[in-house]
Amino acid sequence: MTDTNVSFVRHEQIPPSPPPARESGVIKWARENLFSNWFNSILTIIALYFIIRLVWGAAPWFLNGVWDAASIRECRDILAAAGKETGACFAVLVDRWDHLLFGFKYPADAYWRPTLAFILLLFAAAPALFYMYVPRRFLLLTAAYPFIAYWLIWGGSLWVPIFVAAAIIATGFVFRIVENMSVSLRTYLAAVVGVAAGIGLAYLLFSGAQELRFIAGSIGGEGLRVIPFALFWAASIFTYIFFIPMGIFVGYTIYQSGEDGGLVTLVTALLAIFVMLAYLLGPVAAGLNFIIPLELSAVPSRDMGGYMLSLILGTVCVSLSIPLGIVLALGRQSRMPLIKGVCVVFIEFVRGVPLITLLFVANVMLAYFMPPQTNFDLILRVIIMITMFSSAYIAEVIRGGLAALPKGQYEAADSLGLNYTQATRLIILPQALKISIPGIVNVAVGLFKDTTLVSVISMFDVVGMIRGPIQQSTDWISIYWEVYGFAAVCFFIVCYGISQYSQWLERQLATDHR
Amino acid sequence: MTEAAQLQVSDEVAIIIQNMNKWYGSFHVLRDIDLTVNRGERIVICGPSGSGKSTLIRCINALEEHQAGSIEVDGTLLSSDLKNIDKIRSEVGMCFQHFNLFPHLTILENCTLAPIWVRKTPKKEAEETAMHFLAKVKIPEQADKYPGQLSGGQQQRVAIARSLCMRPRIMLFDEPTSALDPEMIKEVLDTMIELAEDGMTMLCVTHEMGFARQVANRVIFMDAGQIVEQNEPEEFFNNPKSDRTKLFLSQILGH
Repeated sequence: MTDTNVSFVRHEQIPPSPPPARESGVIKWARENLFSNWFNSILTIIALYFIIRLVWGAAPWFLNGVWDAASIRECRDILAAAGKETGACFAVLVDRWDHLLFGFKYPADAYWRPTLAFILLLFAAAPALFYMYVPRRFLLLTAAYPFIAYWLIWGGSLWVPIFVAAAIIATGFVFRIVENMSVSLRTYLAAVVGVAAGIGLAYLLFSGAQELRFIAGSIGGEGLRVIPFALFWAASIFTYIFFIPMGIFVGYTIYQSGEDGGLVTLVTALLAIFVMLAYLLGPVAAGLNFIIPLELSAVPSRDMGGYMLSLILGTVCVSLSIPLGIVLALGRQSRMPLIKGVCVVFIEFVRGVPLITLLFVANVMLAYFMPPQTNFDLILRVIIMITMFSSAYIAEVIRGGLAALPKGQYEAADSLGLNYTQATRLIILPQALKISIPGIVNVAVGLFKDTTLVSVISMFDVVGMIRGPIQQSTDWISIYWEVYGFAAVCFFIVCYGISQYSQWLERQLATDHR
Repeated sequence: MTEAAQLQVSDEVAIIIQNMNKWYGSFHVLRDIDLTVNRGERIVICGPSGSGKSTLIRCINALEEHQAGSIEVDGTLLSSDLKNIDKIRSEVGMCFQHFNLFPHLTILENCTLAPIWVRKTPKKEAEETAMHFLAKVKIPEQADKYPGQLSGGQQQRVAIARSLCMRPRIMLFDEPTSALDPEMIKEVLDTMIELAEDGMTMLCVTHEMGFARQVANRVIFMDAGQIVEQNEPEEFFNNPKSDRTKLFLSQILGH
């Protein structure tokens, strides 16, 4: 045993010194992430080997790329003349740049219109996407954008989109006015509107029956015709007998709800917009255009193509299917059996059918069901189908978000006296949507890429352009990597952007501090 | 003389519950409840778990619907008509065991939301009212934080302030301190005592017997969906009549 003195007092601070070299900077990072143990070290070395091989193999192809040639043969000649074994033929992108972007039929002198529409899209989307930084009044720009973009891309008279926008605003006013009517006045209105809606509905059934007859006429085999003809007669007799009683019944139902006002308001507003669009739009727009012509050369839908078409379908379908998905998700939770039933059947049916089937229906079948003279725009049909499809998926994602909310949130909202609309809009949806962001983005990204499926119903989106007019032309026959690579890059930029935005948004909305 | 007896109770009736029954499926949760609450009364409801005390006060603002009998709140009869329900709910404040603040809104927004949307109060005025009541529950400095940043006791006090911003005539408390740490219980109870001193009509489901003694002017004991015994607090605690009450009190006060 030695006699030691344990007492110790420090009089000065040890100055801080830098950590050893192996504990900082790149070396530390590499040690921790690449060479943390012998197994990881081996994996790192193997991975490095493959990365180097890959770059070594692909680099010459990129670097030798030919950017200036009129055809694939000329391109190969240039490569052979330079004595290069391999090389990309990027010249196709230069040669067919306009086609890849706008399709091969879009008039070249109008290319500036979709380009301008795209630039405006960036400005119009900003107030909605970055709503916390942009003043609310700029949302007006977002609201006006669809009409401007439609006019720019499709052309025609500016008065058409202006009239449609005006009709929507007017419907809003109708909604307001009816909502604030006195009960007695609203009851009179309910009676009138009710009978009108009833007769309208009966008329719809009636013309539906007429179409059955048309279908029956178009079916080939004699034996097969019996069923639609029988249906046609049954439906016709039904509507003949019930035409007026149905009008009165529907009218009475709406009249009954006059006290409450919700249904009357909705039906009046719907009737108003229907009348405006169905009967006034054509003559008024034509008349205004006659007085003040504001016209761009019209481009029909079948001339749309290229990446422009993919972007149109993607943007429109995403922005329509989110609100529709919200409505479906809320409808599925509704206590009213009819609403719930309709939503469940819709969601389950649409989810159970492949998108490509729906697209074929849009392309071919819908035409059979339309009266012969109707010309229902192909892009509109495709938009309806894709929107239906993705809204069913989004509805299920949002239902997950709704289910994740504690019951206490509903109860707290109820106990404060908020009604269903207020509670849903202010308390339930903001939280449910926040939870659903990753799922919604998942569907949105998938939807955007799925728009390439329209190439199988002979629409020339960017993939359709490549498969059809480019690969089958004599100049660029059997060119694959360059064009599909280009399409991949186009889609990747947008999808990666959406993904980054959604992650940023999630961080912005994180208020739970868990 | 307890403090409670010094507080005024008016003759005006705030709530009348007559012969009210409720079932969950075939399970009879509330049986023949008869209860009249006068304005300014402070009632504590206690009883073993599953006795239906929470269900009873949740029926008063129609968070649960009853199948038989009648409930009249402030002269408005509770029926299936949604208009009546919203009217009653905006007159009756409620605090929950788990606070149920809205996590996506700041404290101030939590407090101003209902006045702005239900009462149509201008935003500025609603904010002034909210700050007034936040000061009353002693956390005005937290107004711009989110609920997730506050302690349990603070959150419950915000929940009380949120209800008060609607200027309710009746307050319901559903076990407001059961989810709190012991040291936070006091700050919430102090707030509730202050509220009682202001003359608020209160129905409170709680096991805080000290609070019942100090504030309540009536204690109701429930068991198996029925009101078993009700009395003034002194009498209730010192001289319980029924065996069930005696057993319950011995268990709850025994340790």
